[in-house]
Amino acid sequence: MYGNDFPAPDDAPGGGLLGEVAAAEAALREAAARRRGRAPDPDTDLEAYFADVIDADQKIEPRDWMPEAYRKTLIRQIAQHAHSEIIGMQPEGNWISRAPSLKRKAILLAKVQDEAGHGLYLYAAAETLGISRDELVRLLLDGRQKYSSIFNYPTLTWADVGVIGWLVDGAAIVNQVPLCRCSYGPYARAMIRVCKEESFHQRQGYEILHVLAHGTPDQKAMAQDAVDRWWYPSLAMFGPPDGDSTHSAQSMAWKIKRFSNDELRQRFVDMCVQQAEILGLTLPDPALRWNDERQAYDYTQPDYDELMRVIKGQGPCNRQRMEHRRHAHADGAWVREAATAYAANQAEKKEKVAA
Amino acid sequence: MTEQSPLWEVFVRARRGLAHTHVGSLHAPDAELALRNARDLYTRRQEGVSIWVVSAGAITASSPDEKDAFFDPAADKVYRHPTFYEVPDGVAHL
Amino acid sequence: MNGPFDFALALGDDALIAAQRLGDWTSRAPEMEEDVALTNIALDQLGAARLLLTYAGELEGAGRDEDALAYLRDDREFRNCLLVELPNGDFAVTVAKLFFLSAYQLPLYAALAGCGDERLAAIGAKARKESAYHLDHASLWVRRLGDGTAESHRRMQAAVDQVWPYVHELFAPFPGAPVDPTTLRAAFDAAVDPVLAEATLARPADGWAPAGGRDGLHTEHLSYLLTEMQVLHRAHPGAQW
Repeated sequence: MYGNDFPAPDDAPGGGLLGEVAAAEAALREAAARRRGRAPDPDTDLEAYFADVIDADQKIEPRDWMPEAYRKTLIRQIAQHAHSEIIGMQPEGNWISRAPSLKRKAILLAKVQDEAGHGLYLYAAAETLGISRDELVRLLLDGRQKYSSIFNYPTLTWADVGVIGWLVDGAAIVNQVPLCRCSYGPYARAMIRVCKEESFHQRQGYEILHVLAHGTPDQKAMAQDAVDRWWYPSLAMFGPPDGDSTHSAQSMAWKIKRFSNDELRQRFVDMCVQQAEILGLTLPDPALRWNDERQAYDYTQPDYDELMRVIKGQGPCNRQRMEHRRHAHADGAWVREAATAYAANQAEKKEKVAA
Repeated sequence: MTEQSPLWEVFVRARRGLAHTHVGSLHAPDAELALRNARDLYTRRQEGVSIWVVSAGAITASSPDEKDAFFDPAADKVYRHPTFYEVPDGVAHL
Repeated sequence: MNGPFDFALALGDDALIAAQRLGDWTSRAPEMEEDVALTNIALDQLGAARLLLTYAGELEGAGRDEDALAYLRDDREFRNCLLVELPNGDFAVTVAKLFFLSAYQLPLYAALAGCGDERLAAIGAKARKESAYHLDHASLWVRRLGDGTAESHRRMQAAVDQVWPYVHELFAPFPGAPVDPTTLRAAFDAAVDPVLAEATLARPADGWAPAGGRDGLHTEHLSYLLTEMQVLHRAHPGAQW
């Protein structure tokens, strides 16, 4: 069902993907109801039991035995995903105070709030693997775990808020929809919830751009400029080309990952071309053209050297984003301590009353 | 550094006539804050829903179909393994 | 002076400026859960502001909508109380501001819900529920910070002391308004006093009582806030967003 259910031309994006989320949800229920055949005895062969659950497209749950590498891979991936949601609040949050209408301000506030919520769902999913949120936050603040590199680019104009919704959230959804079918139950369930909310994000971004592109010449120029700056970084969100991707093969075998980086990138490009046409904006790639043989668009690859530089901390905003997060965390320490102390005091008082 | 605040499991009755369903978990120092945060995070302030928060440490669990080895010593404790989000009853498409 | 218009405008400006300040906490709150909560409150205030400003524009009858009122007035034309425009300060100052604001807005919106103006009554009925939640949330934090650690107690008391002078303006008479603000003071005290006591915080003595917001005489802070809020809208006159 993948690859050919793109939205109709007059459709805002998100519709087809929402259908895929619903299908993933249905598949989850269906697989859960299915009985596995002659299951290996978990008491004698844990690995065979694990493989059998994966083969049956059923979900691994937190208390199941799992290979250590599977657990580590998931922790890394879910944590990075959670960190991305939390850091990702910053570039868009940058425009809350200056949103150009009260309606846009309300929508943007709600959107950035959703991202905090998504971060929290995902941290909770990661915690089921036996690591605490405090540890994960520490890993982020110490720079030992990463977040999506896209958030190391600045939001220079209001149109950037629209482009983040359309392209960045769009790319994220293309990446994430298959994760609704991930073999790890808590992650798959979290992603179903996240994807449902993300489709609203993508629509609001697309709407912002649509209004700008049909507005004054200045507004249209603002929209085009934003698309020009964000197009290639968005393509880079799918990660390095398949040949250079280190984690892919094992993750595919474990059904953590369902499609390769290049497959997902292609799907994203194919979706965007039509959507850009409706907007009346140009994707900044002169080589972009339909390939009848492949039934897909040929396109120019993003600059993967730039991607590697940004990942390594050389993007325009890496330091600023981390500094912001560290500040918020450090500034809030006395508040968290107060809440903990208050809870302890109250518990003590209660005990005294009871005694 | 403060130690991490405890984990709470959140159960929501989305509408009259339905049972409370586990929707996820969160951290809070005490029950009052947990309830407050649960409302903000998991119901996005819809009116008329009913929310329970339960200290994850207070839940004793058994799951014979899930073959734990890794968490064995604490196998009866659910607190490290919230089952997370459950799709609300009877909702096909949101 | 047109009572209902001025009143709707003043209340709308209170809510709008409160929302603008609270929105600055997004991605900066002391805990991620609190980030979600503060944004919720900002959204409530913004929602109330939009209803009130839209209605004010209709009462005025000069064709100004919510955005014209929010984005195209200067600070001397804003009618919000000084309390909401004060800078966020640390989390304790923000909590103190929200605590006093919601302890005023709750009885205000409750009274509005029973007033003769149908539109204002409907807005009051909706907003009072939200205010009850805001008051609850702020009270919860006043208690935790006041009765938490020595450090949090010190900060919370300092915040209460700093913000307290600005509450008096809220209860000044408002000629022609459908609700007389002087009648709200008792409910405010009844909400505030027990929480302060429980939080082991001293209620500051009354004395200095800065005012002027309702007449467009603001602190120096408001102009900066408006400059930031209005910059994009004003840069593109007549544009749609």
